[in-house]
Amino acid sequence: MKILKMPKQNLDLFVSVLPAFGEVYAPVKRGKGFAFDKPSLWSDVQMKYTRTILPPKKLMLPPRETTIAFDPVEGFQDQLAMASKPMVLFGVHPYDIYGLNILDRVFAQSKYPDPYYIARRKNTAIIGMDFEPDDKHFAGSMNSDFVDSGFDLFLSDIGDDYLVLVGTSRGDDIVVMSGCLMQTPGEADFAAYKRRSKDRRASYKTKLEMEDLPEIMEMEYHSKAWEDIGNRCLSCGSCSMACPTCYCFDINDEVELGSRKGQRIRSWDSCLFKTHALVAGGENFREERSSRIKFRYYHKQRGFVAEYGRPSCIGCGRCVEVCPAEINIISVIETIRGERDGIASSAPKSV
Amino acid sequence: MELQAVHQNPSEKTENPYLPHMARIVRIHRMVPDNYLFQLRFVDDNVLQNWEHRPGQFVELSVIGTGEAPISISSAPTRKGILELCIRRAGRVTSALYKLPTNAMVGIRGPYGNGFPVEEMEGNDLLIIAGGLGMAPLRSLLWYALDNREKFGTVTLMYGARNPADMLFREELLSLADVEDFNCLLTVDRDPTGTWKQHVGLLPTLFKKATFDPSRTYAAVVGPPIVYKFVLAELLKLNFRKDRILMSLERRMKCGVGKCGHCSVGYKYTCIHGPVFTYWDAINLPEIV
Repeated sequence: MKILKMPKQNLDLFVSVLPAFGEVYAPVKRGKGFAFDKPSLWSDVQMKYTRTILPPKKLMLPPRETTIAFDPVEGFQDQLAMASKPMVLFGVHPYDIYGLNILDRVFAQSKYPDPYYIARRKNTAIIGMDFEPDDKHFAGSMNSDFVDSGFDLFLSDIGDDYLVLVGTSRGDDIVVMSGCLMQTPGEADFAAYKRRSKDRRASYKTKLEMEDLPEIMEMEYHSKAWEDIGNRCLSCGSCSMACPTCYCFDINDEVELGSRKGQRIRSWDSCLFKTHALVAGGENFREERSSRIKFRYYHKQRGFVAEYGRPSCIGCGRCVEVCPAEINIISVIETIRGERDGIASSAPKSV
Repeated sequence: MELQAVHQNPSEKTENPYLPHMARIVRIHRMVPDNYLFQLRFVDDNVLQNWEHRPGQFVELSVIGTGEAPISISSAPTRKGILELCIRRAGRVTSALYKLPTNAMVGIRGPYGNGFPVEEMEGNDLLIIAGGLGMAPLRSLLWYALDNREKFGTVTLMYGARNPADMLFREELLSLADVEDFNCLLTVDRDPTGTWKQHVGLLPTLFKKATFDPSRTYAAVVGPPIVYKFVLAELLKLNFRKDRILMSLERRMKCGVGKCGHCSVGYKYTCIHGPVFTYWDAINLPEIV
C-alpha cells in the first residue's frame, strides 16, 4: 500500500480539491452531537469527534428513497440515476468503514446485488480518519478499530502530520490533484504511528468478550434475561436507526392523487417495530417485545457469525448512546454470560 | 468533471432485482371462495422464453398502485408459458388483485427462494403431504414429479382439506385418482354434501392407506401448524430421517432477495435460505413453526 504523510497545516489546501470528486460530507456539530453533513465552512468540520448521531449508512442506504416509478401504461421504471451522484465522505472512523464493509457483504457481495446501494458506494470516495475511544466505544473488542480496505485515503494523526494510506486508485487521483501537499514518510513517522496505535489499543475503557458468545447465546436462548430486557425496551427502534449495520427496510407504494401512477419507496425499518414479523392474515411471529429485542441481538451477534463469520456489531457505541431506556449492549452480554445478576442497573461492569 | 467519468464503469451495471416484469392475467379460476388460481403470461417475449423456476419457489407480485406480495408458484417448471399462482385473498395487495379483470397487467419478479432440492430427491420415492392451502406450492412439485415420472420411485400424494368445497385443484386431483403409477390419496375432515367418494377423516389417517420405505423416501409437507404437528409425528414414528422431511414456510418476504429482513426466522432469511427447510433445520432454528 502506498503510504504518504501530510503536514497538518496542509489540510485546508487538501480539502479544497475534494469537491472535484463529489459533494463533500464531513463531521460537523449537530446539537450536542455530530453528524455527517455538507459543511458550509471547512472550519466547521470536527477533526476530533466522538461519533456521529447517524452512521455513514445514511448516505449509502438513505432513510427514504424512491427505487421505482410505476404507471399503469408504462409499467415499472427504475430510478437508479438518482443514486449515481458522486460524493466524498470525509473523516470516517475505522469502525464505520468496517460497518460499510459489512453492509457490502449483504448489499453488494451477495446473490442479488442491490444496484442502488452499489451505485452510491461506487460513486463515494471515503476518506478515513483515526479516533480516540471514549467510554462507549468498544471497537477494540470487535476487531473493527483498524481497517485495511474500504477507504480511498486514510489519515492517521501522528503529531504534526497525518500519515496517509492510499487505498484505491481514486485515492491516488485525489493525492495527485492536491499537488505537492504530501511527502514521503520516514522511520520516525512510522514509529510515531506505531506508538499511537498501541496507545489507542490500550485506551479502550469498554471491552467485550466475543469469542465464545455464539455458543453461549445458543444456550441462553430461553433465558429469562430476555424478558427483563424486553420489559425495559420501548421498541422505539432508535438502536437500529443509529446502528451502522442495521439495514432492514420497508417497501411501500405511494400513489399520486387521482391516478395509479406513483413511486415505490423504501425506507428504514426496525425489527423492534411490532409489525416487522407480521404476515398477511394477521399472524405475528414476534408479537412480544422481548422476542423482538432478542431477535435483534441474535441476528447481530449470532446469525451474522453463522452467515459471514463475524458478528455485525462493530463497537461504535451508538446504540448505548441513543437508547432512551438505557439498555446497554455490554450489560446485556454480561447478563447473558452470567457475569451479572440482571440488567436493573444498565452501567456495564467493565467501565 | 472528467474524473467522474473515469470513476463510473457502465459495464459493471447489474440487473436490478427489484424491477418487476409486466405480466397479463390470462385467466382467473375461482377454485374456492377467497382462493383463486391466476394464470399469467409475461408480456416481454424474452422474459417469457427465459423464465425458469424450481418447485417450491415464489415470486413477488405487484398490483400497480397497491404494492407487492410474495406468492408461491403453483405451476410446474415442466409446463412453460403460463405462470400459475394460487392466491388467497388475505391482505391489501391480494384484495386489490381480486378486483382486477382478465387481461389486466400485474408485475412479477423472481423466482426467489431455494425451492425443493429436486435433483437430490430424484431416484427416491416421493411422499407429498398437503394440508389445506399447502397444496398451492406442492402442486408445482407434484406435476414436476408426474412429468418426470421415470426419475422417481413411487409417488404418493396425501391431501387433506376441511370439506370438498375447500379443496384446491379438486377436479384436477380427482382426475388423477385412477392414474397408474401414482398414489393419489385425498381426504376431507367431513363431507356435508354426502357426495364425496374419497376418504373422509383427518389427514394423518391417510398414513394407514399406504406403506413407505423411509430409507428411500423424501417427504414434502406443507400446511397449517396443526398439520405439521400431527404429520411430523407420524413421519418420525415411521423413522423418516429429519433431513429428508422437507417443509415450506410462510413469512413476509418483502424484498425476496435477502435484504429487507422481514422474513427472518431465527437468524435465517426465509427468502434466501428457504422457504423450503428440512425438519432438521426447523428444530435448530428458533421461532420456525
